[in-house]
Amino acid sequence: MIYFNNVTKTYAGDLPALDNINLTVGAGEFVSIVGHSGAGKTTLIKLILREEEPTGGSVFFESSDIHRLKSKDLTKLRRKIGVVFQDFKLLPNKTAYENIAFAMEAAGKSDEDIATDVPHVLELVDLAHRMMHFPTQLSGGEKQRLAIARAIINQPDVIIADEPTGNLDPINTYEVVQIFKKINDLGTTIILTTHNRGVVESIGKRVITLDRGKIVRDDADGRYVI
Amino acid sequence: MAMRETKRIFRSGLKNFARSGTVSFASILISTITLFVVAGLIFTQAVLHHSLSQIEDKVDVTVYFTTVAEENKIFTIKESLETLPEVLLVSYTSADEALALFRDRHQNDYLTLQALDELSENPLGASLNIKAKNPSQYESIVNLLEGEEGLIKDGAQIIDKINYHQNKVVIDRLNSIINGAKSLGFFVTLVLVVMSIIIMFNTIRLTIHFTREEISIMRLVGAENKYIRGPFIVEGMLYGSVATIVTLLIYIPVTLWFKNKMIDFLGIDMWSYYMSNFFQIFFIIFVSGLLLGAISSFFAVRKYLRN
Repeated sequence: MIYFNNVTKTYAGDLPALDNINLTVGAGEFVSIVGHSGAGKTTLIKLILREEEPTGGSVFFESSDIHRLKSKDLTKLRRKIGVVFQDFKLLPNKTAYENIAFAMEAAGKSDEDIATDVPHVLELVDLAHRMMHFPTQLSGGEKQRLAIARAIINQPDVIIADEPTGNLDPINTYEVVQIFKKINDLGTTIILTTHNRGVVESIGKRVITLDRGKIVRDDADGRYVI
Repeated sequence: MAMRETKRIFRSGLKNFARSGTVSFASILISTITLFVVAGLIFTQAVLHHSLSQIEDKVDVTVYFTTVAEENKIFTIKESLETLPEVLLVSYTSADEALALFRDRHQNDYLTLQALDELSENPLGASLNIKAKNPSQYESIVNLLEGEEGLIKDGAQIIDKINYHQNKVVIDRLNSIINGAKSLGFFVTLVLVVMSIIIMFNTIRLTIHFTREEISIMRLVGAENKYIRGPFIVEGMLYGSVATIVTLLIYIPVTLWFKNKMIDFLGIDMWSYYMSNFFQIFFIIFVSGLLLGAISSFFAVRKYLRN
């Protein structure tokens, strides 16, 4: 589903953030990318979302080279990818309901679908009672559950989560990981970056370890070794 | 489909406007100042135009005829003058009328009146007062009057004098003042309008700068550029619309104050001018507000939509 082909990314005047990465993520996989801060985890995610351009090599989503897509096709690609971030990236001027509705409106869904699906997904992440609250009125765990609800609302092919538990306490971390596992069980591919050993071990799936921009391990059995 | 998108864009723009509180207030304030300047310039132009036309009205040239000039010859000259395209108005004052006016002007000057009474006949001749459409045209009119090949070949002996040469310095001076005031007025207007537009543009750009993070989130969830840009443009237009209303309301007490306090100084009733031109002024301000808001937002968001 996602392929990195000899990908290198160097920021101006710095050592390579990613150095000759070759990687394949198949449909339905749950991949955890681990590594110290500065190992290149976030750069890897940004390349998939085309928030950054590679210095060398190509990144493919199915048969499309992500970095050669036209603006319109990029918008379509982004609708196939749900994103969850450590800092939640919610729209502060919109309520919980509107944050999710916005993603559906952007995808061109009808008003009827929005009115049915948004309350349903909020119920799934246990936020039905917080529907009309603004992000500033929600706790960290609630914000992250809202971000996950937004990420899954358009039934994307893949969910990319960059340090999704980085700002959460152990209980909320556990809840968020359980939600991701459920989503993956339903067939959605998940790519998650973390440096939380407990998260990786509780997921128990494929783990890719990055160090100084290189893949140093690729284990199928959920081991966190740095 | 397009209808649904438009509805969503307007709804979203309205909600952002209502929820942005302080930011909306600041933007409306700056937009109001901009539109206040634009409206102020409309009023200034009106005052300038009024004053200049009053000054222009005071400039004229009088042709004095000798006492022996026959009236029918004077009328021939008058008719010839009236056919000239540069001439706005020619008014005739007969010798008797000139004497009556003289007596009236000197009614308290006993000595002069007595000297006048000593004379057996009217020492004053008839005159033609000429008003040109434009003060710069007096010279060519006078040249025509005086020219040998000009208007009145046989009239030279009946013309006593033309006061143009006495007034020439004043007329030339007024001409340059009027032209200067017009160019300066236009230049100042242009500078102020450009400055106001830049200030308003920068304010809106600043408010959008604060939402750049939101714009990047919208892009990440797959929103198309027009769908991201739309609500910001609606918001910009709302700033312009509210600022238009505030500006027009502010000008009610302002023009009333000018009516009460400054009418002698300005020579024009600002309140009447405002009321009689209200719809034109409303239209100019409203369209300026809408366009400024929309265009500023468009360019400000565009910066963050480039990939």
